[in-house]
Amino acid sequence: MMRQENHGGEDTDLRGSQDDMESLVLDEPPSSNGQSSPSAAAVSSVIDRQTSAASQHFNSILEPPSYADAIFTSFDSSSASNGHDSPNHSSSAAESDPPARSEFLKIWVSDPQKELELSNSLVPGGTSYYTYLITTRTNMPEYGGPGSEFSLRRRFKDVVTLSDRLSESYRGFFIPIRPDKSVVESQVMQIEQFVEQRRAALSRYLNKLAAHPAIRKSEELRVFLVVNGKLPLVRSVDVASRMLDGAVRLPRQLVGEAAIDANEAAQPAKGGRDLLRIFRELKQSVVNDWGGVKPVVAEEDKEFLERKEKVVGFEQQLSNLSQQAEFLVKAQQDMGETMGELGLAFVKLTKLETEGAMFESQTTRATDMKNVATAAVKSSRLYRELNAQTVKHLDKLHEYLGVILAVNGAFSDRSSALLTVQTLSSDLVSLQSRIEKLEAAASKIFGGDRSRMRKIEELKETLKVSEEAKDCAVKEYERIKENNRNELERLDRERHDDFMGMLKGFVLNQAGYAEKMANAWEKLAEETSGYTRDAS
Amino acid sequence: MEQQRSISGSSLSPRSPSSQPFLSVSVTDPVKLGNGVQAYISYRVITKTNFPEYQGPEKIVIRQKSAVEKFRFSAEFIEMRRQALDVFVNRIASHHELQQSEDLRTFLQADEETMERLRFHETGIFKKKPSDLMQIFKDVQSKVSDVVLGKEKPVEESNPEYEKLKHYIFELENHLTEAQKQAYRLVKRHRELGQSLSDFGKAAKLLGACEGNDLGKAFSELGAKSEALSFKLQKEAHQLLMNFEEPLKDYVRAVQSIKATIAERANAFRQQCELAETIKLKEINLDKLMLTRSDKVGEAELEYKELKADSEEATRRFDTIVRLMNEEIVRFQDQKTIDMGVAFHEFAKGQARLANSVADAWRSLLPKLETCSPA
Repeated sequence: MMRQENHGGEDTDLRGSQDDMESLVLDEPPSSNGQSSPSAAAVSSVIDRQTSAASQHFNSILEPPSYADAIFTSFDSSSASNGHDSPNHSSSAAESDPPARSEFLKIWVSDPQKELELSNSLVPGGTSYYTYLITTRTNMPEYGGPGSEFSLRRRFKDVVTLSDRLSESYRGFFIPIRPDKSVVESQVMQIEQFVEQRRAALSRYLNKLAAHPAIRKSEELRVFLVVNGKLPLVRSVDVASRMLDGAVRLPRQLVGEAAIDANEAAQPAKGGRDLLRIFRELKQSVVNDWGGVKPVVAEEDKEFLERKEKVVGFEQQLSNLSQQAEFLVKAQQDMGETMGELGLAFVKLTKLETEGAMFESQTTRATDMKNVATAAVKSSRLYRELNAQTVKHLDKLHEYLGVILAVNGAFSDRSSALLTVQTLSSDLVSLQSRIEKLEAAASKIFGGDRSRMRKIEELKETLKVSEEAKDCAVKEYERIKENNRNELERLDRERHDDFMGMLKGFVLNQAGYAEKMANAWEKLAEETSGYTRDAS
Repeated sequence: MEQQRSISGSSLSPRSPSSQPFLSVSVTDPVKLGNGVQAYISYRVITKTNFPEYQGPEKIVIRQKSAVEKFRFSAEFIEMRRQALDVFVNRIASHHELQQSEDLRTFLQADEETMERLRFHETGIFKKKPSDLMQIFKDVQSKVSDVVLGKEKPVEESNPEYEKLKHYIFELENHLTEAQKQAYRLVKRHRELGQSLSDFGKAAKLLGACEGNDLGKAFSELGAKSEALSFKLQKEAHQLLMNFEEPLKDYVRAVQSIKATIAERANAFRQQCELAETIKLKEINLDKLMLTRSDKVGEAELEYKELKADSEEATRRFDTIVRLMNEEIVRFQDQKTIDMGVAFHEFAKGQARLANSVADAWRSLLPKLETCSPA
């Protein structure tokens, strides 16, 4: 049952449908991230169809491949992987971890089950949802040390919750983006297909989380993976109560008398919470953008700004290259297909010339055609294998497009933190000036103005709290900046390694398969060497 | 001594349903009449038919044949005569063309009065005085039997080896056309792969410029190699077109020309057969004319001679085509083995050359990627 998530499974199908003659591909090495993108699946299925159509004809005429061919070696030695092998192959899973990290955390998502929504059911019969079995194996101390294994069921809603919690706790980090809710797709697709797609996506997502150096140690993730039952993660502020809070506090805030919790002030104004604050920050951002007034606190990190620009450019080029990679894969696939069809045509010709040959020249030609068919079929097979590998490598490009999304998220965390600081700063400024005005007016009245004095006291209180809040906000902002910085460094490092690995793997495969193809064609050239043109 | 023999038209049994056309004739009841030189024998001719042109389902008429003295009047003679006449008339009746003849109908149906009248008719066939019919019957019998007794005229050669050859040629055209189609597609695929390598290379270079540092360089180098390989693929596409697809096209054309020869041969054969049949009919006619001592005999003899000449010509032509075709096939098979062998060799060489270029290009990139090792 666990094999479901083994993306080598797609390749297993490929093998299963080929006849003996064609099954050259042995077990895919654990280097398969198993993170086949949809394009990989599409490629595999098309390859599948082509194979089964052609195989029956090849069988009778062509000789089976040599033993040497039967041993498939992945040309690239890259085995860095998140590993989606079955949990049964735990040994390989442990091996494939990069040596730097002796800690591992592996997650499997399997066994989708339909369950009924029992409570709060307004619809007779109730609605249903799917749960997935989440299995975790780890040796991390946070989880109980070596040999720890956990198993529980989660629904997609829980994943959304986890994702939201992580966004709140890990501002400034490049947090992997969770799978879409894709409501439309769930209606349109076959439910089986949709559930399988979701299962695979969840697997990828959770393992990405597990690979993130900070998030893998998070309490949120641990609870999600380990603690059974309804996800007990408490939201920092319930949306409903936030709304209420905000509504209650609103009149008092308008008057400027609200006691502000400094920490809360430092948190971003989220939807439903603290409506007034949202308005104020919005006003501030407008002032920043269009007011022509330099904000009190400005983004001074030039390096950061440059970096941001670069990310935008990088995203564009990456997207472009990813697209071209898809076209390249298609072209290779087509080539392999046509080679196969050509081989098949020559198999038929060979058969025709062999059955009841009336001339010796026919027999000779039949042999020649058989050799051509053999070479073409071999070439076709090699193209298909090459393509399967190419897809795996170039998939990295696609993966990093997802990373960019996480980067953008982290940058916007920073921006909103800065906005908070700016808002609070300008609050302070206006508070100060109000106090000064009041004090100035009060000093003109001898003996003091009772009400004014009281007002001044209140404002000074508010000022103190606001200053604390602003300090918090600044601290938060700095924290996020630091996270950004660290994450960017990590991104650079990992991207460098990942892409270098990708390029190497891609190039090695291209070279390796080209050499194999050259062998096949050179053999045919030799077999037909008797026919040399006069000119050549 | 009644003997009934009925031979229906074509290959139908007398008991066939009335919807099937049939014409069955029987000659019976010989009666000797007259004396001496004018002695003759009268027979009853019974016709059973559903032919629309004929009156009613059954008709009985009396016909005479001369009876020569001595042997002529013996019972044997009479019986022989009767049989011969029966056979003769039935054979004519069963010939799918002759049975349509008006003369036959007249013979089988017309009453005595009409017959008398016809006998004196200048141009009618029945003018001829009955003499030595026996001999003539025997001659005609053998000549007509081939024509008339044959159930169906073969319009095609029933040569099993030739059938095999025809089947082979037709199959060959199908398979070769398919191979040529795939070869053309392969050319297209090379062009497409070349194009996509070029685009991929450009995109890689752009990303490389964006990255900077050694990773950027790696992308740029990859991009450059990819673009270079694109050219090689376009070149190979052209080679494929010239040296592989074109010879396959030639092969198809050669097969089509053989198909044309097959058609010619079939025509020649058909002509030959038609002429042979026409000649046989003319022979019957000629005999009839001679029997009735018509002055049309000369004309008929001339026609017959011409036809004979034409027939010989047709046979000659057919034989020539057969001979030429056999020669052509031998030459075709030998030549095509060589032509295709050359094409295959060029194909193999081109593909090997391309594959080696690709391998070399990518391999040359590896050292550069090694140096840009993990930071």
